Amino acid sequence: MIANYGYKDGSGDYFIAIDTDKCDGCGKCVEACPAGVFEVVDEDPNDPFREEPLIIVVVDKRKKIKYECGPCKPPTNRPPLPCIEACPQDVISHSW
Amino acid sequence: MAEEKKQEFWRWTESNWKNPDIKWEDAKIVTAGIDVGSVSSQATVMTDGKIYAYSNMRTGSDSPDSARNALNYALEGTNMPESRIDYCIGTGYGRVNVPMADRSITEIACHARGAHFIYGPDVRTVLDVGGQDCKAIRCDEKGKVVNFLMNDKCAAGTGRGMEVFSDLLSVPIVDVGERSFQIKEEPEPVSSTCVVYAKTEATGLLRKGWEVNEVLAAYCSAMAERIFSLIERIGIEKGFAITGGMAKNKGVIDRMMKIIDLEAMKTDWDTQIAGAVGAALFGYALVQKGRKK
Repeated sequence: MIANYGYKDGSGDYFIAIDTDKCDGCGKCVEACPAGVFEVVDEDPNDPFREEPLIIVVVDKRKKIKYECGPCKPPTNRPPLPCIEACPQDVISHSW
Repeated sequence: MAEEKKQEFWRWTESNWKNPDIKWEDAKIVTAGIDVGSVSSQATVMTDGKIYAYSNMRTGSDSPDSARNALNYALEGTNMPESRIDYCIGTGYGRVNVPMADRSITEIACHARGAHFIYGPDVRTVLDVGGQDCKAIRCDEKGKVVNFLMNDKCAAGTGRGMEVFSDLLSVPIVDVGERSFQIKEEPEPVSSTCVVYAKTEATGLLRKGWEVNEVLAAYCSAMAERIFSLIERIGIEKGFAITGGMAKNKGVIDRMMKIIDLEAMKTDWDTQIAGAVGAALFGYALVQKGRKK
């Protein structure tokens, strides 16, 4: 499942997509993210029959990820994002 | 001073229904799903995986009360005691505040499952336009979610936005769709679907000499474009089902389907109950699996 967390408003689209089929909940992105955007949960909230751990975007961060992710996304010379770098399974992608 | 009389044009009718062909006394497993949304609440009671009764009501200020009212209204006239329900699942915004629920499941999973049930197994794309959010879901042949997106930060392009607009223009909400087509020429969509600026937008156009129906058409088509831009992100697959209250507004839906260039699927069920149906189905599956939590 591709879970898109985030929002769209007048200023643009801000979604973090998590490929839950690839994610094993190792939590490396949780350690890497300076803003605490991710967390590991024991079961997928959107799939009651999956019981393996995986990451989700923290509920309180979903409506402000544009700002939470802002520091990692300077307008010029953007370095690789720490969450994407840290993930061994290529689970995370950003829409902006 | 003259007494102020104000009609509430946004008010839609609450309803309940029960299946006259089913005797609940004969059922092996009775499950219930309660979907407490931001604007409306639904309860669906299922007997052995079939819809036995449902209700559709407005959500009050109190989630537990809304959940209870919805369930009581669904069970009205059925003589079924609440204790007969084997498993109850809460979903929607108020899902953690459903006192009789055995567990809660997110509305994403429930809507996909519910749409898959009420529209049939050909459903691949589900669009739920609720009171204060908009969900786009892609699912597989079993009703399992494969891709989803939810926008609940902005009320533009949601049911509540339409309610505000119908009130501003004094057009009953159920007539909005029909009246938006009673125009000579399709107008340009309004520049912003923002609910906060709805009044500015509407009065501005009326002052320019637009007719009410034209303003409705312009708003409906702006909303259609707005919703379309959201579903575009997850990709649109044939088997397009629309749930939630907005499915009943053909002013928005017909315009949106024209942009998508697909035919929307049809159902005889109330589109607003999809979430509650999905929840009750999950309950049924969980009881069958003997996985009560």
